[in-house]
Amino acid sequence: MTDYSSLLSLIPMLPLLSAVILLFSNPSRLWVSILAVGSITSVALISLFLNYVYWQQTDFILKASLGSWIDIAQLSIGFGLYLDALSLVMITIISGVGALIHLYSTGFMYQDNSFKRYFTYLNLFVSAMLFLVLADNLLLLYLGWEGVGLCSYLLIGFWYQDSSNNFAANKAFLMTRIGDTAMAIGLFLLFTHLGTLDIQEIQAKAHTVWSLSDNTIASLCCLLLLGGAVGKSAQFPLQNWLPDAMAGPTPVSALIHAATMVTAGIYLIARNSQLFQLAPDVLYIVALIGTFTLLLGASAAMVQSDLKRILAYSTISQLGYMFLALGVGASASAVFHLMTHAFFKALLFLSAGALIYSLHHEHNIFKMGGLFKKLPVVAVSFAIGCSALASLPFTSGFFSKELILEQVIASNHIALWWVAVLGAFITAFYSARLFFVVFLGQTQLSPNNNPTKAMSMTLTILCIFALFGGIQPTGLTTLMPPLSSVNLTFLQHWLPIILPFIAISVAWWMFKTNRFGKTQHSTFKDIHQFLKSGWAFDSIYNVIFIIPFKYLCQLNKHDAIDLFYRLIEKISSVLHNIFSKFQNGQLRSYNASLVIFCILAFTWFISGELIR
Amino acid sequence: MLETIFIITAAIILICALLTITAHNVVHALLYLVVTMLAVSLIFFILGSSFAAALQIIVYAGAIMVLFIFVTMMLHQGEKSLAQERHLFHFSTSITAFVLCSILFCELTFILFLAPSETSNTILIAQAPAITVKQIGQQLYGPYSLLVVISALMLLSALITAIHISKSAASAQIKPEDTNL
Amino acid sequence: MIPISWILFLSLSLFSIGIFGVLARRNLLFILISLELMLNAVVILFIAGSRYHSVPVANSDGQIMYLLVLTLAASEIAVGLSLVIHMYRQHHHLDIDKLNKLRD
Repeated sequence: MTDYSSLLSLIPMLPLLSAVILLFSNPSRLWVSILAVGSITSVALISLFLNYVYWQQTDFILKASLGSWIDIAQLSIGFGLYLDALSLVMITIISGVGALIHLYSTGFMYQDNSFKRYFTYLNLFVSAMLFLVLADNLLLLYLGWEGVGLCSYLLIGFWYQDSSNNFAANKAFLMTRIGDTAMAIGLFLLFTHLGTLDIQEIQAKAHTVWSLSDNTIASLCCLLLLGGAVGKSAQFPLQNWLPDAMAGPTPVSALIHAATMVTAGIYLIARNSQLFQLAPDVLYIVALIGTFTLLLGASAAMVQSDLKRILAYSTISQLGYMFLALGVGASASAVFHLMTHAFFKALLFLSAGALIYSLHHEHNIFKMGGLFKKLPVVAVSFAIGCSALASLPFTSGFFSKELILEQVIASNHIALWWVAVLGAFITAFYSARLFFVVFLGQTQLSPNNNPTKAMSMTLTILCIFALFGGIQPTGLTTLMPPLSSVNLTFLQHWLPIILPFIAISVAWWMFKTNRFGKTQHSTFKDIHQFLKSGWAFDSIYNVIFIIPFKYLCQLNKHDAIDLFYRLIEKISSVLHNIFSKFQNGQLRSYNASLVIFCILAFTWFISGELIR
Repeated sequence: MLETIFIITAAIILICALLTITAHNVVHALLYLVVTMLAVSLIFFILGSSFAAALQIIVYAGAIMVLFIFVTMMLHQGEKSLAQERHLFHFSTSITAFVLCSILFCELTFILFLAPSETSNTILIAQAPAITVKQIGQQLYGPYSLLVVISALMLLSALITAIHISKSAASAQIKPEDTNL
Repeated sequence: MIPISWILFLSLSLFSIGIFGVLARRNLLFILISLELMLNAVVILFIAGSRYHSVPVANSDGQIMYLLVLTLAASEIAVGLSLVIHMYRQHHHLDIDKLNKLRD
């Protein structure tokens, strides 16, 4: 059996290398594209090759090491890479979808002046993400975690001349930072109690050190890791940065905020699934968070008018599905849904990008209409993407979502199943709404230019994956065994299949009677506004956190801590004024000070003598 | 016998010194100072240092005081100076100096009385051999020859300085170009 | 037999009188005069000291030191008086309280 560890170590290093080269050089547009797209494509080819090698094997492990990082006393961390079925799926998705998005970006960003900077950041992002999923210890994972957070900030605020983009980037970074801090504290706790940060060792040791009856610390650690995942994957309560993050270029939204970065949280929990099994309460919280978020995202997406915000809320909602699957113990189906979601969401985002590009940066769907004949490629990709999102039968999204719903029933959480089904209904509804409003009806805005060749080619490839990519990798089920299947009732089996069609018909009726885009009653208006603002979380956080903080800053206007330093300065200037009066130029006062000093010296001498 | 002479002479010194510094008239002060110098010379005689005593009269009272009197003659302007001086020195303005000096004086006497009393506290005049000028000369040209050279240098520098300062004061007005240094 | 403490007492009282003169008088000439008093006080001490240490063999160090002090006094007076003349010619008074430009 030949050793592929050198290939494995190439995987995260190639994009890093190209990012560094792009950082320090200034080649022409052609060479930038060749270098950037080439590095990711080679990583994709390597991962395809590894897939081929390990095709029939379900229980393989491949390790590589890039050197030692920290080596002090008990703490010994290296740049170790670990490949098993889960990481193989992840790197295939990241490099595959990443390569396609890089190709797409060469067309989309061609007019932009900062072409090279864009690809530097994008390559750096892919490298950090690969480190994250290939890490064999939690510290290297955290390094990748922070790296993707940084690149997300840089890319959201890519057009930094507009200050609203900077605010959006700040918001994203700060909210994920809160989660990252919780995760760091979790890492500290894990190291203190288990003495190691190696992931596989943690899984093994946790079962010996803690048990199900003695699991307070284990629950605490899992809760903190969950905090990190919640921040990165935009779940409740840290979810409102994702809609604002749409201020970045559309390929960035496709790569980072649909396919890869936001899935890091799910990867984290799936990776540590054996640790999480020690804390069933935390898993229940995961499921609850997932359910709540999927409802939040879906209902908010129902009433948006900005094209990318619809897709952003839809991402939040689909991530909620994955969290629900993780919470009920079906990690394999969560990762499967992650895979199909990557395909169809990337497809949707890229088609949205092509749409925006052709309509000269128009984002409002109510200004578009009847574009089916004018932009056929985009329309077909959108149709396929929306049907996968709505989980119409035999699309990839159908298989993964049905699997999740089955697993929810198998774990006996019937209430959560009903909410998930409601979420599926709303999902189908808003996807249909999106498609109808943009592509059918009266034409309002005409497209200026057609999408470039690179963009169309990418869209076609992704269409194929979105349609036919619904095959769960077998390695996943071996690694994270699913719950034992239970017999579904007739309702439970057929309702999720029929529901999308009902939703599409309702949407069609509403579209034909022109009920979209207008609100009649005042109560509907309030509900509409509430849903549109993402359940008013921005205002809630403003009241809870920002206003008291500003009040405290107002109280501390004169800076109490600085008062101490100003006091020192004040004392020294007072002393200066006193002492400078001694230098008055009067000869007699100088003489007098000599005599006074003599007197004092004699007094000291006398007192010394007297004491003795 | 010697002790009574010593006490009287000491009293003269102190009284004349006090009168010197509280005089309003410069010439009176200088005359009192000359008397003080002569009394100090007598103290030197009592202590057996005849050479020092002779030098005191010749150089101190004879040359330095004369220098003082020359300068006073140049600057003293009779009644105007006296009035100025009365304005400058007044008891009420010197009270601080008086307090400070009395404190200093008290402390020094206190230290004096703190000193352990020694058995051979008295100066034995009879036993001490006389010091001749020849012996002093031999010391000066022997171990202390460097001192002589240095004091000669000091006198030379003082001479040059005095000539230079007095000259530029007495000469004509300083030309304006000379001030741009 | 004159105890050394008497001479010490004479010397220190003359010295403190001299200091009082330097501090209390504003006329420059009087300050120089008080300076002379202080020098005399110190010189008495030197002579007495050499007399006190004269027991086995005659000690003339005190008188030699007196020579040096004398030389010093002479030079100092020469320079000092020429400065007095200079000051009088420039300012037409001898008040040192008015000479206070050497400061901040």
